[in-house]
Amino acid sequence: MKILTANFVQCTVKACGSSPDCFPLHFDQQTPDLPLELAHEDVDFSPEFICNVLPRIEWPALLTTARELGNTQLPPAKPEIENPSAPENEQLLRDLHTLLLETQIIQGSMRCANCGHIYFIRDSIPNFLLPGHLVQ
Amino acid sequence: MKEYLILLAQKHESFRKAELEALAELEHVAVDLSQHDENVPLLYVTLDSEEAARKLIRRSILARSIFEVWGRGNSLDSLHEDVKQRTSHLWPEYKHVSFKFDIISYQGSRTKEEQREIVESFSYVDFEGPIRMKDPDEIFTIVEQYKTPLLPVSGCREVKDICFGRFIARSQRDIIDKYDLKKRKYIGTTSFDAELALISSNIGLAAPGKIVYDPFAGTGSFLVAASHFGAMALGSDIDGRQIRGTARSNITTNYYQYHMESQFLDTFVCDFTHNPIRPSFRVDAIICDPPYGVREGLKVLGSKNPERYADKLPTKLETGDLSHLRPDYIPPKKPYHFDALLDDLLFFAAAHLVDNGRLCCWMPTANEDYGDRQIPTHPDLTLMSNCVQEFNKWSRRLLTYSRLPRDGSTTTLPPTARSTRIYTEQFRDKYFRGFAKTKDNE
Ligand SMILES: C[S@@+](CC[C@H](N)C(=O)[O-])C[C@H]1O[C@@H](n2cnc3c(N)ncnc32)[C@H](O)[C@@H]1O
Ligand SMILES: [Zn+2]
Repeated sequence: MKILTANFVQCTVKACGSSPDCFPLHFDQQTPDLPLELAHEDVDFSPEFICNVLPRIEWPALLTTARELGNTQLPPAKPEIENPSAPENEQLLRDLHTLLLETQIIQGSMRCANCGHIYFIRDSIPNFLLPGHLVQ
Repeated sequence: MKEYLILLAQKHESFRKAELEALAELEHVAVDLSQHDENVPLLYVTLDSEEAARKLIRRSILARSIFEVWGRGNSLDSLHEDVKQRTSHLWPEYKHVSFKFDIISYQGSRTKEEQREIVESFSYVDFEGPIRMKDPDEIFTIVEQYKTPLLPVSGCREVKDICFGRFIARSQRDIIDKYDLKKRKYIGTTSFDAELALISSNIGLAAPGKIVYDPFAGTGSFLVAASHFGAMALGSDIDGRQIRGTARSNITTNYYQYHMESQFLDTFVCDFTHNPIRPSFRVDAIICDPPYGVREGLKVLGSKNPERYADKLPTKLETGDLSHLRPDYIPPKKPYHFDALLDDLLFFAAAHLVDNGRLCCWMPTANEDYGDRQIPTHPDLTLMSNCVQEFNKWSRRLLTYSRLPRDGSTTTLPPTARSTRIYTEQFRDKYFRGFAKTKDNE
């Protein structure tokens, strides 16, 4: 799962939907059975795509996710990019590209801060199905 | 403004106009397609420029090629007259290029001898360049269409329409073969026909810089098709086995097979009715073939006997472990209705599509009682096209909606406010009973 995806998924328990704590899901507690594993996977750089998704990013949530995964280098506020092809923007776009698209969460767990439910990621694929007792 | 001729595939006729309309919107090409006739493989259009002609067709699956029209008539004589009138000022420009002539006949054919005669009848254009059968600079094409029905009697060859044109560009029709399911490494029983998946992606306006989402991704047929056109693809499915495939054969290996791994965003496992995508997140298109429960009943998360979970406590195994923490845990599921799922899908699309973003959704319909009332509606979505693929005893439709711009005047319905449709029968029941029987019973 890419960091970009972590920025748009929340707890699927219906009762959590109204809580501000259902997003983002947290990587701060991992289980020994499924240790957190990150990897870098090359993805072709598309400034157009990064510019298109940047407005859709929840920046504070991205800061949280990045911090929990060990990256504290992000600017505190969402950068504004008016001209994606301007040379002074290239490095920033490349950094965002690397973070959002090239960083893979191969396995690990994500926790809802509202209900405490844990979602597992295995082979890069998160599982958002709920056990019987969490479905109304 | 110039006249152009588009040659269309004689297949999936009901999708051709919708595809060209979508491509015109995507490429910002102004064109009037109202002359399109599903029974005719030729379509004459008026376009601003040769560049507009190239753009209109460059992604098309159902168009074959486009020509700049030099003349038209209903006989060879009237054609020549028109060519002379329209294009004599152009002839000097082509005097020295390499070229060849082509003849394309619909509902009829010409002998070699006749073909040579026709080509020679154009000698007045006075091209002096070399004739090259391979890679000429220009291909001049005579397209003729005979009156139907086809009469086998020789000599009785009434031409309905004959056109002389300069070849401009070919479509992408030849990539269908590249994505043929027979050549794809990871497929399953639900994999979707490559040609129609590509057409769906065109109608859904999949393009570079965009996110296309399939919430019923299965083996990823629509993901691959959307990515072919440059979109980043996102998929989810309730069935983790489909999404995961095997270590050596899965959706990701398909992306490697097509050298498109950079266009793959992610897949995840979820029940559509418990979707993890946060309410504020927008995607550019949703393209899918929802489950309609023909092979196995449509299921969502939940239990047939909810009392079992009334205490809201996790189930403990004999070992004392919680059952849902085991990697092989299978959550309980309950049956659901296809009509309710379609309503959920429209509601989701209205909430998550960008302004003017598209929902393309396949829907099975029983032939004999198909009517407008079966088309689901939502106040924030306009129906753009309704294309049908006919089978022997049933048909399926590709419904395409566009998200109305959020100018503040429209509101997204709360999930309880359902569209008012009456389903006489579940499609699934009909499928199993066999459509013919319904008629017999009447
Ligand atoms: C008609 S198939 C689509 C298959 C896909 N187009 C492909 O390329 O394989 C419908 C898919 O919906 C999935 N499905 C069924 N119920 C679902 C639900 N409640 N939520 C999400 N997906 C579901 C099925 O597992 C199946 O893969
Ligand atoms: Zn929760």
